[in-house]
Amino acid sequence: MKCEEVSRNLVAYLDRRSHSAERTEVEKHLTACLVCRTRAEEFRKLWGVMDEDPGIEPSFAFDARLRQRIAAEPHPRWFRWLIPQPRLAFSLALLLALSVWMAKLPPAENSISKTQDFEAIKDLGVLENYDVLSKFDALSELPPVQPSDATKSQSDPQNPDSGGGS
Amino acid sequence: MTRTDVQLMLDVKAGDEASFGILLQKYRLPLVNFLFRMVRDAATAEELAQEVFLRVYRARKQYSPSAKFTTWLFRIATNLALNSVRDNRHRQMDVSIDAPADEDETPIELPGREMRIDEYMAERDRTKFIRNAIATLPEKQRVAVLLHKYEEMDYAEIARILDCSESALKSLLFRAYETLRVQLAPLVAQPVAHRAGEGRPS
Repeated sequence: MKCEEVSRNLVAYLDRRSHSAERTEVEKHLTACLVCRTRAEEFRKLWGVMDEDPGIEPSFAFDARLRQRIAAEPHPRWFRWLIPQPRLAFSLALLLALSVWMAKLPPAENSISKTQDFEAIKDLGVLENYDVLSKFDALSELPPVQPSDATKSQSDPQNPDSGGGS
Repeated sequence: MTRTDVQLMLDVKAGDEASFGILLQKYRLPLVNFLFRMVRDAATAEELAQEVFLRVYRARKQYSPSAKFTTWLFRIATNLALNSVRDNRHRQMDVSIDAPADEDETPIELPGREMRIDEYMAERDRTKFIRNAIATLPEKQRVAVLLHKYEEMDYAEIARILDCSESALKSLLFRAYETLRVQLAPLVAQPVAHRAGEGRPS
């Protein structure tokens, strides 16, 4: 163990709170290092010197004064829990106002969605028909429908060749 | 069977005022002394100690034994003491530079009959010298030394109060004691027999 490591563990070694392995290491170092040994001895002496400070005695009135202060404390009232905290009260009020405002919104969007719902319900019979859905692929194999002459002339009256090209 | 501090505090929480009295009896002296060594004024130390107990009493309903009672108690005390020291430092900056510097207001205890006045004065000077040396330590080091040396708390507890790791605390304590060793060198070097009352001729 080096002097630096010993420094870190010296206080714990001196007050006998270090682990046995650490103690052995520190002891080994102290036997070899005069500087650290001197420091350790002086730390012990220092603690003895510090013990000379007797401290102070609290005044006789200490307890009485504390009791007085405790007695002057406002006593918790049974209905205290009913009084909401300001932040909580504000949040609840805000939430309530928001709910009222949302409830009073005109139902414009609702009517649109209702129309869409109705359309979907109308086609539900087809959409839920498994036979129809499974045969959609077969329909794609059909040749394109040839428009009739009447339709051809209706679709492009200027160009008689268009539509019937191939 | 003696109840632990945590049990006492839980009883206080349940409404037992007598248990609060027991805690007050037990920790009044160490708390006042810890605060006195922090703020170096007896009246302020008492006032702060009262505030600590008052805060404990106020918080009794919310108390949950997540840590040792003393950790909680001395954490409150440390915060109050540090605030007081900082406030006092600001106040001292405002007063005249002619004011007497750093006078610690220790209550004067009269010497006993067996002690001569010169010995009493010598002992008083030594005590003042020690207190002055401790007072010059940086705040965190001072708290660590007071809790370690005078309150004999274990490292884990002091580390929790100071909000640091145990290894950081050990380094902190080493640095603090190293400073004190240098500052109190005249007393450390002095043999014990020279101390007041011990080397006295009979």
